[in-house]
Amino acid sequence: MSDFSSRGVQVAAVSVDSVEINRAHAQKLHFTFPLLSDAGAAAIRAYDLLHEGAGPKHTDIARPAEFFVDGSGVVRWVNLTENIAVRARPEQALAAIDAAQAHP
Amino acid sequence: MKRRWNWRLWAGFLATVAAVFSYEFFSRFPVTRDFPWANLLLFVIAFVLLGQGLVRAFKRPAQYRGRIFGSIATAIALAVFGLFSYELFYVVRQVPRSAGAPQVGQKATPFKLPDQTGKTVSLTELISPNGAVLIFYRGHW
Repeated sequence: MSDFSSRGVQVAAVSVDSVEINRAHAQKLHFTFPLLSDAGAAAIRAYDLLHEGAGPKHTDIARPAEFFVDGSGVVRWVNLTENIAVRARPEQALAAIDAAQAHP
Repeated sequence: MKRRWNWRLWAGFLATVAAVFSYEFFSRFPVTRDFPWANLLLFVIAFVLLGQGLVRAFKRPAQYRGRIFGSIATAIALAVFGLFSYELFYVVRQVPRSAGAPQVGQKATPFKLPDQTGKTVSLTELISPNGAVLIFYRGHW
């Protein structure tokens, strides 16, 4: 996390989980970054990340994906994981951020 | 003559159980989660032991017990391995195409969502001034 803040970059996570679930998880895992609740999956749909029926009781959830959006709102890096067991490593995002900050 | 206990069948069956139940443990480390080689190794050990146990039970039934138990244990192990492989090599790769997701160079669609304190946060605020990493995830359940 300090790698991101040392670069002046914020981190935010988005899922369909409720504000209450996010609060409990942020406490339990000592997360200091925002966990955003997209309960209606509006943002998830806008980003075309909806995974219909993949949640418990066949609820719609997001498929995993990461983006780095620069200060002017332009996407500079996208990672759409093809295997949900594989999580993005922070090194990939950091390398993308460094590249973007070197060539604004 | 009293037939010997065919320990390899039991060990093979235990290794199968370990191969499945250790997934949760190994999935905590990227090196063993990205490709579940530790679990596959346990399955290999399990099948080697079960195979050796079955050979002894069937080729030398006068010396070794376990034809029935061995057959059942191996059938269960094969079914378990089949389910495990199906989940970890097929199901986890079934993700939607997301062809409409923003690509590099495009503007990120703005949004306003509540954070864990209930405060509404907008994309515009997040990216100011040096940008932000957005992590969309399945959810914790």
